[in-house]
Amino acid sequence: MREMSKTFSLFFIGERKVKFSSGDFFFKTLVTGCAIIILIYASLLLAELFSGSKLSFERFGISFIFGSSWDPVNGEYGALPFIFGTLVSSLLALAIAVPVSLGISIYLAELSPRALRAPISVILELLAAIPSVIIGLWGIFVLAPFIRDAGNILENLFGFLPIFRGPSYGLSMLTGGVILAIMIIPIISSVSREALSSVPQGIKEAALALGATRWEMIMMSMLPYARSGLLGAIILGLGRAMGETMAITMVIGNVPRISPSLLAPSYTMSAVIANEFAEAHDYLHESALIEIGLILCFTTLVVNALARALIWKIRARGGYP
Amino acid sequence: MRTKILAGVVVLAAAVLLAGYFLSYSAPKQVEPEEPVVLNGAGATFPYPLIDKWVHEYKLIAPKVTINYQSIGSGGGIKAIADKTVDFAASDAPLTDDKFRELAGILHIPETMGAVAVVYNIPGAQSMMRLTGEILSEIYLGKITRWNDKKIVSLNPWAQSLDKEILVVRRSDGSGTTFIFTDYLSMVSSEWANTVGKGTSVSWPVGVGAKGNEGVAGAVKQNQFSIGYVELAYAIKENFSVAAIQNREGKFVEPTLDSIKAAAATASPKLPKGDQSWADVSIVSPPGADSYPIASFTYILVYKDQPNKAKGEALAKFLWWVVHDGQKYSSDLAYAPLPSEVVKLNEQTLKLLNYNGEPFIK
Amino acid sequence: MKSDKLQGFGKRKAIDRLMTVLSFLCVLVALVPLISMLLTVVTKGVLALNLDFLTQLPKAVGESGGGFGNAIQGTFIVVGIACLISLPIGIFSGVFLSEYGANSIALGVRFISDVLSGTPSIIAGIFSYTLVVKSFGSWSALAGGFALSLIMIPIITRTVEESLRLVPLEVREASLALGIRRWRTILNIVMITAKAGIITGIILATARASGEAAPLLFTSGFSNSWASSLTNQPVSTLPVMIYTYAISPFEDWRAKAWAGALVLMILILILNVGMRFATKGKYSWRNF
Repeated sequence: MREMSKTFSLFFIGERKVKFSSGDFFFKTLVTGCAIIILIYASLLLAELFSGSKLSFERFGISFIFGSSWDPVNGEYGALPFIFGTLVSSLLALAIAVPVSLGISIYLAELSPRALRAPISVILELLAAIPSVIIGLWGIFVLAPFIRDAGNILENLFGFLPIFRGPSYGLSMLTGGVILAIMIIPIISSVSREALSSVPQGIKEAALALGATRWEMIMMSMLPYARSGLLGAIILGLGRAMGETMAITMVIGNVPRISPSLLAPSYTMSAVIANEFAEAHDYLHESALIEIGLILCFTTLVVNALARALIWKIRARGGYP
Repeated sequence: MRTKILAGVVVLAAAVLLAGYFLSYSAPKQVEPEEPVVLNGAGATFPYPLIDKWVHEYKLIAPKVTINYQSIGSGGGIKAIADKTVDFAASDAPLTDDKFRELAGILHIPETMGAVAVVYNIPGAQSMMRLTGEILSEIYLGKITRWNDKKIVSLNPWAQSLDKEILVVRRSDGSGTTFIFTDYLSMVSSEWANTVGKGTSVSWPVGVGAKGNEGVAGAVKQNQFSIGYVELAYAIKENFSVAAIQNREGKFVEPTLDSIKAAAATASPKLPKGDQSWADVSIVSPPGADSYPIASFTYILVYKDQPNKAKGEALAKFLWWVVHDGQKYSSDLAYAPLPSEVVKLNEQTLKLLNYNGEPFIK
Repeated sequence: MKSDKLQGFGKRKAIDRLMTVLSFLCVLVALVPLISMLLTVVTKGVLALNLDFLTQLPKAVGESGGGFGNAIQGTFIVVGIACLISLPIGIFSGVFLSEYGANSIALGVRFISDVLSGTPSIIAGIFSYTLVVKSFGSWSALAGGFALSLIMIPIITRTVEESLRLVPLEVREASLALGIRRWRTILNIVMITAKAGIITGIILATARASGEAAPLLFTSGFSNSWASSLTNQPVSTLPVMIYTYAISPFEDWRAKAWAGALVLMILILILNVGMRFATKGKYSWRNF
């Protein structure tokens, strides 16, 4: 970024300044304007969320974040179980999806025969288009029974570990994490594949010329070069995972309780909003749900900030752009 | 080259949009040129198939009138009619007193009835499970956890051999079905009323939450020894095993269209007028030997004073048709037709619809 | 010494082969559930798929025939509006972040865009309801398109920015050295080079938006007739129809829901293949 700006500013170092270009001016205004529209969009959204959650915030204050009972009848609301559910299910999804997507994108960018690349890519992108409700239905009828049976096995073998404790019903945190992983693999792998494909030939050849095997070439030259693109892909995938509503609510069990076991049902922030918003009869309930939406925004913000700090650190250590 | 591609894409997009726009004109005309009227409604998902049937049938009778219904949930419908973005709303539960006061001039018109069926998945079950409200509430409170519990066995001796944990399934999303079910449990169990209460969303002590009727149906189907509650239509269409519930008179009644009608008939003398608050109306656990104890009305909500003459008239005529001729389409779709006392009550209510004081139906 | 080198090399080669196999396994691991889903959709949906389905209006339950004709039309319209809004904003914002982005506004925009990408689709719908439906007083295709654009813009912005960033600096410098203006450089050289990445982003965003039902429930809604207005009438779309029919208790409706999902996927497939075909890589950096 800075390098590019410096390049452009070289114009002014010489004796002659470049003539003012109206094309440049209008173009810059255009793109800046579009970027500002995004800021306006976001501010409006945030304003809506703030005003909608005012009632709930006045009633519960900061203890809303730490409260763990969710009782619409008696007017008690607490967001902790949902925050837990969203974080754990999204991180679980990432833990599964990132290695798999990386493997896929490396395969497609480098290792696969040319002829296979287009078909596999097309199938993957197609799967980004399956409506969430269909994925949810598939989850109920195919995935949940599978996980229930797998969970029974896990419980028999490793039941002494808290994460595999408890009866396995198929509608659980594990099922939620897996279905989210399935949904975000197309995004992460497509964007990563593009990033890897854009590594200049010269860099790859340099590594090979030094005697690296193909895999070593990938690790040493392609991955570092495409690092920022890969991280962008992961952030997009994470965003999708945290915001997914329909499919996950159909398989996660929807129980607002914090449990260490992966086989126990759980509940996420987006799921509770999707489930209860359309039927919320009183203003406090609605306001509590909107406040959860606000907290979700902040959670996404925090996670993204951490990811950015990570890449900034890597860049400061002298990696590629 | 790039410009050509860009231009091509833009032209294609414009062509698609325009095609869509003009296709509507070349499509068969649905309204006659003079005075076509469009009515918009939104609300409960439960009556949606029936409302959809009505919309189609009514179009054959009154081709000038187009009706769109958004099946988004009772709360969404109530919000929409509060914002006046629709002409009528549908709700599974009556408006609370607060909401009723807020939506001044709103009318309640029960348009059909449904019931909540208790379904279960017990492989090798020897006969229909009989349950009382008390047992149901204890199952959902988590106090009865196994199928061979003494209380269940006392009514169903064949359950003695079922030493299995009960998997409790309930709704995760807010819904009228939950409202009716919890209303019933509150009525038959003071412990339930004091700890959990009734509502479209409640804090469930136990159980796994499934989304929608179809989610509960799916969960019960996929898991043995589970129990759940669904709208009757789902129980019928999926061939579920349904429990017979003991009603107030002590008889064990299955949910059928007749037992629902019986429940409504006994409740009708106590129903308020259409323009009053229906917040306390409930036909769960009614008197009557043939009544099914977990039944309910579902309501259409409209404003008494209509802002637009043509629309208001079309709306009044449509609703009049719904409560009379429309009822004959109910049974095929597993909805119970309104008993005649309720139809008469609705007639009085519909006569209140007016434009500037001038009623549409005299 | 010779044997040492060969030994070391053997191990490295083994790792190389192992990793190749592993990455292929990753592809399989991902493809298995995805193909399972595809098969489910195809087997359940193909039976209900016929010409009637594609061209007729929906009928009531229990009546034979009828179809998703207006939903298909509606999807084109609503996604079309969403594209009209989100493509310019998303692409140009991506350009801004990549080419002009060394300042604090850019930092803010990039950050906000990432946060927006995590917005649950239902909130996008509620937002659009408050902004558009309430102002116009009615459900509309415009409201639906607006809600979808909220979901599409962060995806497009991100992918465009990353694709442009991957174009090496030398390309820009060469172009500027030739005296080409900055804006021409960006439009004609840099963006063309990054074409593949940009197209991928657009396809992903459009595919995602076409399949989302939650933002459309409160905005463009559902209708039994052909769309004839963009701003004052609810418009039927494929994801909403699929959602409504899939959760009903009626067998014939559910079969139609699966068929609808199949149609949606075929449409995305056509879009995908079409876009890639139309922009075959004469100008890709990879060919240099």
